[in-house]
Amino acid sequence: MLIWLTLLVALVAAVALVGAVVMIVRDESPPSDRYFVVLGVLLLLLLGQAVGGCIALAATERAVEGVTFVAYLWTAALVVPVGAGLALVERSRWGSGVLVVMALTVLACQLRLHDLWVAA
Amino acid sequence: MSAEDVRDDARLALAAGPGRVLVAVYGVFAIAATGRSLTQLGLDAGRAPFAYSLSLVAAVVYLVATTCLLRGGARAWRIALVAVVVEAVGVIGIGVLSYVDTALFPDRTVWSHFGQGYGYLPLVLPFAGLAWLRATRPSVRVPGGSPS
Repeated sequence: MLIWLTLLVALVAAVALVGAVVMIVRDESPPSDRYFVVLGVLLLLLLGQAVGGCIALAATERAVEGVTFVAYLWTAALVVPVGAGLALVERSRWGSGVLVVMALTVLACQLRLHDLWVAA
Repeated sequence: MSAEDVRDDARLALAAGPGRVLVAVYGVFAIAATGRSLTQLGLDAGRAPFAYSLSLVAAVVYLVATTCLLRGGARAWRIALVAVVVEAVGVIGIGVLSYVDTALFPDRTVWSHFGQGYGYLPLVLPFAGLAWLRATRPSVRVPGGSPS
């Protein structure tokens, strides 16, 4: 499936991960507006991927584990707004810690999505 | 509401400060384990009934822990403690069993091989949970009163 989109999502998630670590080190909270722009871009990419992934799944001849695949697509997209919300509520280093968890979850989902697609 | 407000709240807050990160990780594992067990049991329950049942147990434990941390209060603290202890025993027990008796596990569970498929996080998580519950144990603060 659209490998470049998976890579792009992973890249933006990695940027979000590094940004969150920097915020923890510098003890900056809540995240800056610029950081939320990155999260916004990430969410848009993930929503695009979720829709595109479902279409690709319907069109493909491969025997991809459909339910699991779709679950990973939408989990990755869901995690971002929840993480952003928690980071806004928790205005301390721990709020940035939540963003680390969020970014790692998105990255893990991308890895699993790729595996599921390639393994089929 | 800042962490300070939460602490002043009569209700014992379990999802503030470090708890916020913990609840995020527990939430992710609740989704992961629930999703995994439902697809395993729904698609091919007969393949590995024992392993898949354990996936479901793990899912319930993570769901209970997440809910209790989010709700807060002395009772949620006690239920969370039980869930986290079950989780610790589960991940160690299943971890050992999955190496000793491979025939029991034709397919993996969240807790197989000490949570290897999840970067060993399932092994670390219950102890992080226990540390957090220890730090927030209700006897430290009198509910509704000033911290003593």
